[in-house]
Amino acid sequence: MTDDRLLAAAAAGSLGSEAEHRALLQGIVEVARAIFGSQAASIFLYDDEADELVFEAVSGEGEGDLVGRRFPSSVGIAGWVLVTRQQLVLDDARSDERFGRGVAESTGYVPNKILAVPLLHEEDALGVLEVLDPPAGMRDPLADMELLSLFAGQAAAALALLRRARRARAVLDEAEGTPALVARVAGLLERRDDQKARKLLEALAEVLETR
Amino acid sequence: MSGPHLPAWSLTANAAEALAVPAPWPGAPSREWALDGSTGKGVRVCILDSGVEGGHPLVGEVQSSVAIVTREDGETEVVPDEAKDVCGHGTACAGIVRMLAPECEIHSVRVLGEGMTGSGELILSGLRHAVEQGFDVINMSLSTTKRRFAEVLHDLADTAYFQRTVLVASAHNLPVESYPWRFSSVISVGSHEAADSLVWYANPSPPVELFARGVDVEVAWLHGSTLRCSGNSFAAPHVAAIAALVLAKHPELTPFQLKSVLYATASNAGGDA
Repeated sequence: MTDDRLLAAAAAGSLGSEAEHRALLQGIVEVARAIFGSQAASIFLYDDEADELVFEAVSGEGEGDLVGRRFPSSVGIAGWVLVTRQQLVLDDARSDERFGRGVAESTGYVPNKILAVPLLHEEDALGVLEVLDPPAGMRDPLADMELLSLFAGQAAAALALLRRARRARAVLDEAEGTPALVARVAGLLERRDDQKARKLLEALAEVLETR
Repeated sequence: MSGPHLPAWSLTANAAEALAVPAPWPGAPSREWALDGSTGKGVRVCILDSGVEGGHPLVGEVQSSVAIVTREDGETEVVPDEAKDVCGHGTACAGIVRMLAPECEIHSVRVLGEGMTGSGELILSGLRHAVEQGFDVINMSLSTTKRRFAEVLHDLADTAYFQRTVLVASAHNLPVESYPWRFSSVISVGSHEAADSLVWYANPSPPVELFARGVDVEVAWLHGSTLRCSGNSFAAPHVAAIAALVLAKHPELTPFQLKSVLYATASNAGGDA
């Protein structure tokens, strides 16, 4: 068992569950949708192994069945925003029937207005945040883009946590025996949040550091 | 510029008077001097983006189209491309350039459309190709955050600068570093809200150097259509087009001089008074 594996195991135990991360992302899209007053808001995660964008959280239109749906990162506005690291606001998207159909094939919903921003963390583009159909003429466009940037920072941090936790768990899934046990113990101790548990964690960390 | 009688890297005391500046300015440059009457004729503008839809009513003729693709061995390659757009964005940029500089040449180098994997290499190869072609102006409404590309992009931006290719790139306001817009050899552009394509502002607090029209812009889109768009992506081609207008009228200007002209003729410097 390597130090890296032990660290990954401990991290997986303390980084929180899949459900907690999903709740965090869901909270972000719900607040974004509420503040923009939009019909929908979505976060896409970039899956670099498949080179695809995946719906990770949706509020509003498509909320029930879009999470988990995938499309190639070469497709449409979300793909362009991801690759170019540029934020973008499109109006009148329905005016081009073929463009609208392309959007619908990837999202299941044809919006008239799309606000899209890349989710950047350090040097990585982790995904895309989209806000669909905010009410027309309600807000200052540059203020919208500023606000979207703020949500993007929050969403990118949440996606980075989710990705790190998933990678740590993937390491664990490949491991056998002790690493998985260490992860479970670390997770349980973290959730107890009492003094004895903390001391035990510190002692464990010291042992790991001296190996 | 170096020659047989001029030192390339230093200027001796007696050599200064031999350095004739080929474009003496008439005092502070005015917009009238800089671009009035110009149509951008003969200036070669490259759109490094998602391709350009040739024949679009707002774009017209696209003089050349190539795509950067990844071969099976992982290397990138320049191949002829149809005059098409895989997203709409490049057509939007080209339409803005055509609107302001109706007689310029538009050339498309498509670096997008193959997905995220390898996209940094494609952008890099696309810029290298565009610089090698010696275009007068290159519009890059895109950037990369990958630090491993920064050094090569920096070198390419400097090469462009010294060979008189003006590189115009859209900035972003996200809390991460991205390239090449932050390089000083590039003209970096953010958005203002005024509905006037010939209003631009010089920013006294770089790295964003100019603000141009980027909000609620009616742009060319796929299949001959139009959309209203906002974003720095659409501000950059405004400056690319204005650069084409100035260069058509004053082809002797270096990127350094052009940037100075854009500064001196900015709306907040009294340029459109």
